[in-house]
Amino acid sequence: MQVMESEAVPQVRDEARNEVAAGWRIVLPACVAVVPLGLALGVLVVQSGLAWWWAPVLGAVVFAGSMEFLLVGLLAAAAPLAQIAVSTLLVNFRHVFYAISFPMSRVHGRGWKAYSTFALTDEAYALTATPEAAGWSRTRIVSIQAFFHVAWVLCVAVGAALGSLIPPQVVGLDFAVTALFVVLGIEAYKVRRSVPVSALALGCALVAALISRDNMLLIAMGLFCAALVCSYVLAARRGSHD
Amino acid sequence: MTDPWYVLSAVLVSAAVTWTLRAAPFAMLAPLRHSALLAYIGDRMPVGVMVILAAYTLRETDPVALASAGPAALALAITIGLHLWRGSMTLSIFAGTAAYVLITSVIAA
Repeated sequence: MQVMESEAVPQVRDEARNEVAAGWRIVLPACVAVVPLGLALGVLVVQSGLAWWWAPVLGAVVFAGSMEFLLVGLLAAAAPLAQIAVSTLLVNFRHVFYAISFPMSRVHGRGWKAYSTFALTDEAYALTATPEAAGWSRTRIVSIQAFFHVAWVLCVAVGAALGSLIPPQVVGLDFAVTALFVVLGIEAYKVRRSVPVSALALGCALVAALISRDNMLLIAMGLFCAALVCSYVLAARRGSHD
Repeated sequence: MTDPWYVLSAVLVSAAVTWTLRAAPFAMLAPLRHSALLAYIGDRMPVGVMVILAAYTLRETDPVALASAGPAALALAITIGLHLWRGSMTLSIFAGTAAYVLITSVIAA
């Protein structure tokens, strides 16, 4: 019996090591792709007047790319916590749909499940949205998420270090956030090619800016959601499916 | 300097909302999957939210002042043009931002 047990342990350990390595191979391209964004976020944190160490804290704790960029701006503007909560709710609302395909049934144990949901980023979702992911081990799935988490925090920290080297005469780096949202908007448009929805959102943004520039984000998102609910109700009443 | 307790509370609020959005659907997956309203909104939300966020980040831009709107319009054109042409997120964001930083820094100097 004892011989068998001592043979089984290294075998299990080898298997775990292989699964971690497999996770690393799967996540590596995503880690590379996110380097410029992480650096930009770090630079932005320092430029907005926050202490450099908030950059890795933000990256590690919030861990939701586009929201972190927005949060830096909200913090700099001293936005009320309620506005930050609602903005997060709307910006990250898409995550609600990730549960439908994410292979959470493979991740056993409360602690592991807790981490796996916490680290369910766009990238983690995208990397596990393949049919074969349904058969992956917990070790592989959590490795993918943890490697990505560490890579993100490292990039953000390096960005913050670089950001403090940029001379104060250089202005306008916050345009990176605008460019990020524009590019993400184009990518989202490729999925849902709807000119009316884009025009509606732009209209809501302009109306909100005219009402109150300080509360523009909340008003615009509120108007947009209300308009979507109205158009759903109207469409449902008419019995059409678009 | 920003109050560290404010920043910490803001970070925790944002993290808590994000985590809830990611975790809650696993607890109530079945009703969610059948909500036609949620599917309808979720389908249209990403484009709209990104448009609103992009507009929000430009809220300090004065549309009638050339020194303010000019660089923004040019940088937007570069970002959008490059993205439609090459489709590389990094390139589009980097080139658009570089153009904006260059022009606004020269104007400010």
